[in-house]
Amino acid sequence: MNNFKVLMNGVVKENPTFVLLLGMCPTLGTTSSAINGMGMGLATMFVLICSNVVISSIKNFIPDMVRIPSFIVVIASFVTLLQMVMQAYVPALYATLGLFIPLIVVNCILLGRAEAFAAKKGPVPSFFDGLGMGLGFTIALTLLGAVRELLGTGKIFDMSLISEDYGMLVFVLAPGAFLALGYLIAIVNKFKKA
Amino acid sequence: MEYILIFITAIFVNNIVLAQFLGICPFLGVSKKVETATGMGAAVAFVLTIATIVTYLIQKFVLDAFGLGYLQTIAFILVIAALVQMVEIILKKVSPALYQALGVFLPLITTNCCILGVAILVIQKEYDLLTGVVYAFSTAIGFALALIVFAGIREQLSLVKIPKGMQGMSIALVVAGLLAMAFMGFSGVDKGLATLFGIEA
Repeated sequence: MNNFKVLMNGVVKENPTFVLLLGMCPTLGTTSSAINGMGMGLATMFVLICSNVVISSIKNFIPDMVRIPSFIVVIASFVTLLQMVMQAYVPALYATLGLFIPLIVVNCILLGRAEAFAAKKGPVPSFFDGLGMGLGFTIALTLLGAVRELLGTGKIFDMSLISEDYGMLVFVLAPGAFLALGYLIAIVNKFKKA
Repeated sequence: MEYILIFITAIFVNNIVLAQFLGICPFLGVSKKVETATGMGAAVAFVLTIATIVTYLIQKFVLDAFGLGYLQTIAFILVIAALVQMVEIILKKVSPALYQALGVFLPLITTNCCILGVAILVIQKEYDLLTGVVYAFSTAIGFALALIVFAGIREQLSLVKIPKGMQGMSIALVVAGLLAMAFMGFSGVDKGLATLFGIEA
């Protein structure tokens, strides 16, 4: 039950994108379509779960002084692993996400969760925290990607809903990312207060 | 001529924040006042240029030389983290005035993804060292420009009434969107300049 609470905390109450506003670079940079957003979210979730579990298992062996650099090394190792796996099995997605895959290292969500959760709790709750935060991030990115794709091209996950003639291309381009996220956050704020 | 083209493209056409989405965290985080935005911009320009030189040399003489290309991400992030610490210590000793101005921003820079991003981009684009440095420096200027303009708008924004749900980050993102739209007006300038200088892009 407790683990379930930790999981839901990441998805809803402390959603990294809409509530904590962490990891904005990949959120804006990779959500030109729903599938790209989802790919980025899943990639981040993989690294987040692995680094959370490993960090919480080895936390007692790490001296406090070199805590942060050690966390970064753990995270960077998993990112490198992810890079190799993606290059081998999903080269197309790897090419679209491009620079943002190695940049998962500097995503504040990862170091933030390592420091705030994994460094204090055991491996099992840390696993669920990583899963919850990762899911929250994936849902947010997929949602933002879907909104941008729908407004920009009239499609969601490449399924045509509205004629492409009504698409506002600006939502696929850079400004649309800022605008769509700005309004999504406004909607979330509205629900939060109600 | 080639350097002027890189300079203008990196600042206006492919602005690192508004077109490439790197360094959004400091862009949204330290843009409440023009003064702090200027400080952050200067600190980023300083570290970005040095970091690009160091990571370039590491890539060429360590990673490439020993066939360790797959260690790029780990090596770069550690080098950048160490470098920022070093710059902080050296600056404190050598130029206390500069340290006073930039000091608070330096620790924040390690997690600024535009440093690692530009370091990797310079390698990916196969620039030589001088071109890489010009690119890094112009990117930093572009970052500072976007940050300062954005901070200026946000200062004005704090004086007006904003609907409740839109307050804070929401309105900031919408403003950033409009700013990005304004910068889109520069698209195509790079190709025009390339033709003007007679460089094949």
